[in-house]
Amino acid sequence: MRAKDIKMATSTLPEIELPKLSNDEISRYSRHLILPEVGMEGQQKLKAAKVLCVGTGGLGAPLALYLAAAGVGTLGLVDFDTVDASNLQRQIIHSTATVGKLKVDSAEIMLKALNPYMNVVKHNTMLTSANALEIFRDYDIIADGTDNFQTRYLVNDACVLLGKPNAYGSIFRFEGQASVFATETGPCYRCLYPEPPPPGLVPSCAEGGVLGILPGLVGVIQATEVIKLILGIGESLAGRLLLIDALTMHFRALKLRKNPDCPVCGTHPTVTALIDYDQFCGVEKPKSAGPLEVAQNQAVADAPVVDGIPQISVQELKRRIDAKEDVFVLDVREPYEVPIVNIGAPLIPLGDLPKRLDELTAQKDREIVVHCKSGGRSQKAALILKSAGFQHVANLAGGILAWADKIDPTLPKY
Amino acid sequence: MKINIPTPLRAYTGGQQTVSVPGANVAEALQALTAAYADLRNHLYTPEGKLRSFVNLYLNDDDIRYLPQKESTPVEESDELTIIPSIAGGVATICN
Repeated sequence: MRAKDIKMATSTLPEIELPKLSNDEISRYSRHLILPEVGMEGQQKLKAAKVLCVGTGGLGAPLALYLAAAGVGTLGLVDFDTVDASNLQRQIIHSTATVGKLKVDSAEIMLKALNPYMNVVKHNTMLTSANALEIFRDYDIIADGTDNFQTRYLVNDACVLLGKPNAYGSIFRFEGQASVFATETGPCYRCLYPEPPPPGLVPSCAEGGVLGILPGLVGVIQATEVIKLILGIGESLAGRLLLIDALTMHFRALKLRKNPDCPVCGTHPTVTALIDYDQFCGVEKPKSAGPLEVAQNQAVADAPVVDGIPQISVQELKRRIDAKEDVFVLDVREPYEVPIVNIGAPLIPLGDLPKRLDELTAQKDREIVVHCKSGGRSQKAALILKSAGFQHVANLAGGILAWADKIDPTLPKY
Repeated sequence: MKINIPTPLRAYTGGQQTVSVPGANVAEALQALTAAYADLRNHLYTPEGKLRSFVNLYLNDDDIRYLPQKESTPVEESDELTIIPSIAGGVATICN
């Protein structure tokens, strides 16, 4: 089965005469050329190959860099985002100098500096059901380095429909997964995960971090699989799921099976065209090509009252505190966020709030203003308080980030 | 038997990576697990008591969906059950 997958992988490359290498390229790739498993023909296959990196974030950064270094001739990059300082802890394709630039532009600068003998094709757009097939069509292999379930299913289905292998990687805190999906005979992402978790069961804000090195590790595994598919060497991860635990440094490969009843790659598929993946995953449709995280966390609407909770501005809170009005400010972030930045408010993390309401009994009739990082969690906390009988509860719009922006610019933002 | 708890679910097992539970088969072991850690139940089972479709369970190296007896497969003390969660990647969630 694996041999067939590998054969399939090579056959996805266009059957054209392999491009010749210049003398400069021969010098550059000499450590590949003297490796019999790559050799001149292999290096020419790499040069002929077209690989699409979906996302140039934590996974896409090392992936694209290594593919460029290895001599993959055409690298497509899909990203709609811009570089933020907080990306640089792991997204090594970007740099301090490119903060604020479009990620595709920033990535191109680094890739071209590393290897001028390759083409970078920039797709500065959010991948959607409307454009995925058109974008994917020009590539031999797709590498999925996205960060949300909607795009995972979209990439998978588009790969299955077009018959293109998907070098898959994903990470969570200290844990990673990698595989190759949607080869001719191998399983697809939906064979493993027929349905996404409902949004309520997706890990909460309290667990949002990631060890910066981990996407490097997993992205390089994806790059390795891409190179193996292009060269047609080794055993691909098709039909296996690699589990990586960075804390224990345990690597484990589990067998995956192609599900004959899979709705997209099974014998009687019911998904024969791309669908609405926001609806499939139960999340709100992004309103524009804005940050997905806002759509996923359902940013609180910009209105004076939301679900019966008044939204007060940081200026208004400052005014009330300065005027010595009676107001009780409550912080509902996680304990580890407090040392990063705080405005001195007592802390009850959102997740603990329902069972710690008794601690607020004395505040029951006071004006309570709840704050978090940027206003999402505190809105939920305000709703919990209101339904527990607290009468005067408001949400601090924009959270502590807005406070740092507008009231106390000496405070750090995270 | 030993049950390996993936990172996203360790918040519900007090941070434990592995949990040892009694049980003669997979279902009984899971029953013992969710009895000990009640918050896990909602993450593993639907309200109707069906195993959630995005949760994969491996008994040693085998996906229990493809074992003839599925959740009724008998287990020994030395067997390992691994829960494979669905993780989206990147930074799994961004807080607001």
